[in-house]
Order: sequence, then C-alpha cells, then structure tokens
Amino acid sequence: MNVHQSLTAARSVESLPVAPAPVANDAMVRFEAVSKVYPAYRDKPSVQALQDIDFAIPRGSITGVIGRSGAGKSSLVRLINGLEKPSSGRVVVDGRDVSALAGRELRLAQRSIGMIFQHFNLLSSRTAADNIALPLEIAGWSKADIAARVAELLELVGIADKYDRYPSELSGGQKQRIGIARALATRPNVLLSDEATSALDPQTTRSILDLLANINRELGVTIVLITHEMSVVRQLAKEVVVIDSGHIVERGHVAEIFTHPKHPVTQAFLSEVIGDSVPVSLASRLVPQPIVGGKAVIRLQILGTDAGDTIVARLARELSSDVAVLSARIDEIGGQHVGSLTLGVPGGEAAAIQAISYLTRQKFSAERLGYVA
Amino acid sequence: MSRELINLIIQATGESLFMVSVAALVAASFGVPIGVFLATSRRGELFAAPAANSILGVIVNATRSTPFIILVVAIIPFTRLIAGTSIGSGAAIVPLTIAAAPFIARLVEAAIREVDGGLIETASSFGASPLQIVFKVLIPEALPGLVLALTLAVVSLLGYSAMVGAVGGGGLGDLGIRYGYQRFMPEMMLAVVVVLIALVQTVQTAGDYLARRVNRRVRHR
Ligand SMILES: Nc1ncnc2c1ncn2[C@@H]1O[C@H](COP(=O)(O)OP(=O)(O)OP(=O)(O)O)[C@@H](O)[C@H]1O
Ligand SMILES: [Mg+2]
Repeated sequence: MNVHQSLTAARSVESLPVAPAPVANDAMVRFEAVSKVYPAYRDKPSVQALQDIDFAIPRGSITGVIGRSGAGKSSLVRLINGLEKPSSGRVVVDGRDVSALAGRELRLAQRSIGMIFQHFNLLSSRTAADNIALPLEIAGWSKADIAARVAELLELVGIADKYDRYPSELSGGQKQRIGIARALATRPNVLLSDEATSALDPQTTRSILDLLANINRELGVTIVLITHEMSVVRQLAKEVVVIDSGHIVERGHVAEIFTHPKHPVTQAFLSEVIGDSVPVSLASRLVPQPIVGGKAVIRLQILGTDAGDTIVARLARELSSDVAVLSARIDEIGGQHVGSLTLGVPGGEAAAIQAISYLTRQKFSAERLGYVA
Repeated sequence: MSRELINLIIQATGESLFMVSVAALVAASFGVPIGVFLATSRRGELFAAPAANSILGVIVNATRSTPFIILVVAIIPFTRLIAGTSIGSGAAIVPLTIAAAPFIARLVEAAIREVDGGLIETASSFGASPLQIVFKVLIPEALPGLVLALTLAVVSLLGYSAMVGAVGGGGLGDLGIRYGYQRFMPEMMLAVVVVLIALVQTVQTAGDYLARRVNRRVRHR
C-alpha cells in the first residue's frame, strides 16, 4: 500500500461513523453548460435537443421536469445515466463526471442510478421476482444475496404475493411497482422516472406517487421526475424545472414557480390546474354590455395568497352586496393556494371597476369577462 | 411390401434424420450468432458495425438465393475438403449446413428484432454489457421466435435432404428416386412421401408446442 492509498483508507475509516450529512446545497446531479445535439443522419437534419443547461439537483430532493412534447426532457434524464453523451459540457452525478465515463466504468456508475419507464419495460420472459433480480445478476451478485434482496424489494413495493407472476399476468400499477423495485435493486442514490405514471389511471398514479414519496423519505433517494402531467409535479415534487425547446425556461421551488409563472409554458401547465376556461353555460350567456338588474362577471386568479379562501367574503363586505360564485377551481401546490374564481357582482360597469380595483389592491389578478342577466 | 423394402425405408429414414440433425445443429451454431449479429450491428445498435453488417448481409443473401442443387454441386471441392468425400450422407451434411445457416441467421435476426428496443435501453440503464444484453435480454425474450425459426429450419432441411439423394447423399429422397422412379415402384415413392410428411408434422407440432410453452407474453392457463 503506498502513502496515498493509506491516507485515503485512513480518511474513509475515520469518516465512517459520521453519516454523510444532507447539506441543503449539496448537488446530487449537476449539469454544467450542457448541450445535446443529435447529429444529422441521411435525410434527417440534426436536432439541438438541449442547449446551455446549467443547474443542480439537490441531494435527497424530488425534482420535477416538465415541458411540452419534444422539449428535451427525456434527453435530459438520459444524460444523467449516461444513455446519451452531451455534445458539450459535463454532467456530474454524485461527484462523478458521468459524461466522461465509458465502457466498464460507465456501467459501474450506472448501477448507482436507477430508472423507471412509462411502459415499465419488464422482460416478459421473467417472473416479477426474476425481473427484479436482473440488475443484480448483471452486477454479479451471488444467488443467495439476490434472493434476499429481491424478497426485501418485493416487500418494499408491496407486491410480495406476486413474486412468481409473469408481467402478462399483472396490472399496470403492479408492473410499475416491479419496475420501481428493479430500479432500486442495486441501492442507487438517484432514481430517474421518465413519465412513469403516464400509462396509469389517476388512482393507480396516486398510489405509485405515494410509493415514490415514501422511497424518497425512507431511503433518501434523489428522484428526478419527468412528466407532462401537472398533477404529478403538484403531488410529489418540491423543485421544478420547466424546459422548452431545449432550454430551461424556469426553475425553483414548486410553490414559487407556480404562483409566479413567467414563461408561457409554465402558464399553460398551470392553467391545467386552475382551468382558464369559463364554463360553457356561463360563456354562452356573457354579453359585453351591462344588463339592468344583472351582474358583472369577474374572474380572478388565486396564486399563492393564503387569504384566497376569504376573498369572496371580503369582496362582498367591500361592495356591500352579495357576490355570487359562478365557477371555482382551487388547488394546493406546495402548500399554496392556486386556482381561479369566476364571480358575479351585482351592478354595472361601476361595480365591476370597484370590484377589480379592490381585488387588485389585495394583490389578486382580476379581469372583467362581461355581464350576465 | 417386402421385409427388405421396409428395412430400406427404415435405413433411409435413419440417414435422413442423421443428416438433418447434424446439419441443423451445426447450422444453428453458426446461424444463431450470425443472426444475433445481423440484428444488433446496424448503425447505433448494440454492436454497431454497419460495414460488417452489410457485407455479412450480402453473403447471407447470396447463399440463400443460390438454388440448393446448384450449391451442392458448386461446393463439391469444399465438401471433399471437410468430409474427405463428396458422396454419402456424411458428405451431404456440408451443403445442407451451408444452405441452412444463412436461412437460420435471417430468421433469428427477425426474431431478435422483434424484441422491444426499450428493453435494451432498460438493461443498458442499469449497466448491462452488450453481451449480457444478448444473453439475459435478447435471447430469452426472443425465445418463442427462435424456437419457431429452428423448427422451420429443420422442416426445410428435411426437404433439402431429399434432394441430396440426387448426388448420392442417401436418405429418403435418394430411396424415393432410385426405387420409386428409376425402378418404377410407386408404392416405394408413396411410402417415402408418407414418412417425410410424418416427420415434418412431428417436427412442426413439437416446435409449435415448445414455442407456446416458452412464450410468456400471453397468459396461459
Ligand atoms: N435518438 C435521437 N435521435 C435524433 N433525435 C432525437 C433522438 N432522441 C430525441 N431526439 C429529438 O430531440 C428532441 C427532444 O427529444 P426528447 O425525447 O428529449 O423530448 P421529450 O421532452 O422527452 O418529449 P416527449 O414528452 O414527447 O417524450 C426532439 O426533437 C426529438 O425528436
Ligand atoms: Mg420523453
């Protein structure tokens, strides 16, 4: 043993009893000036899938990546586990530059990065237990160790009774549980999820998301979650990255991003939650001119004000008249209210102006849609 | 039919089975790896080697498009080199193998290409080497298709083996021609055809059964 080796050995022994403290700013994954170009081939032009990607995914976090189809989400996660190489820049995972690895070294690094897929990607020729065992066989574990680990994982994902079933005998939710168990088999510290719930119904989606949240809490696995479903980000993620045409257009805490959406893509995703369309029955009755004895229709957005739940009562008090709720949709994102209300305020233009100015003073964004009888 | 003729049929059946099984085994041991390579060596694939893929593809196609009887005659020097002789059942195995290997390679290629590309990506994502992907993912997942491919190859070999009779290869085809046609014994011709039909049926039924057994893509009760 040379001096250098003995020094490292001494240090690692010393540091053993101290668990690696989860530092808030400690990055599990770091993108450094990353671009990804798929080169032109035959009649297909080259595609710039990602450009100037520079951000970090905190250790132990659940980070959502959202964007439209073709935005570059899959390319982004495939760079993390080395399925793709960046055209320029570096991707550092757990302190190791994955983009510089190849061959055996890359394959070793990949064992500490798990991935789950939209269509589960289970081997149809293997039972549930044997599917979970696959990464362990590949990593060269002994039969006994594999059996013990697989039993543990089946328990963890709650399908212990299905161990000898083939994928064709299982439901989508059960298949994804196997996918999750398989991804966690080699005890990775990052779990990548590419649209893992997109093929599932809402109820099953919820149970899978709960499982992922548990895994993050109990095992401290950092989760990167690609999705085009706002509800997934809302339920699970703390951090969100919005990408569009290969660029990161917004990122930050989920509550912050969705209460102050700046980019049109973020706004579009948000409108999935708050619903920016007026109910058809109401829209058909709307007229641009005030109606005697009718109401002004005002729509307000609730983005992160925790006083959102009392605004109707306060507006009624301010106007000294009854305020009708014509439609409402309020949800919670990262502990903040997000939604929209369509209100009917008795009166004409003056009433509408008074209501909007009050709401604006109260930091709501409000607009007049028209009038109804 | 006399005892003697029945013995001739039994002997010829034995020769045919010998030629076909040895040729099938040797052809499969070349054809399966070649097929796997053809299925995984185009641009961007597991063992990407587009040039080798094209060249091998041309050779495979050339062999497959050569009529069998011409192949038999054309490779007589090669057959002599390998078998020491160019007549008899042993020698006939050489052209049978050379005809069957590319056929098997193409069928194997097709079966392997049927495997969902997502599975390759999945295995790569947890650090499988290309060889591990072949043995742990591609071959097990393609197994029903591979079984059917080999079944088809054996059936075709039974047909080809009847042809090598024409060049002194022995076997059922030889018997049918020599007795049924040249000595004008229609009952012999009929017997040979019946035995061949029975063999083909048996092989096909067994292959279908096996393929169904190893297919986990559908539920079976
Ligand atoms: N292997 C590839 N070769 C060439 N172009 C590719 C390849 N993979 C992706 N692309 C292109 O790169 C761009 C980004 O693709 P990517 O799959 O990352 O998008 P995505 O955000 O995951 O989309 P989706 O939501 O539809 O899955 C697209 O224009 C796509 O056509
Ligand atoms: Mg994608």
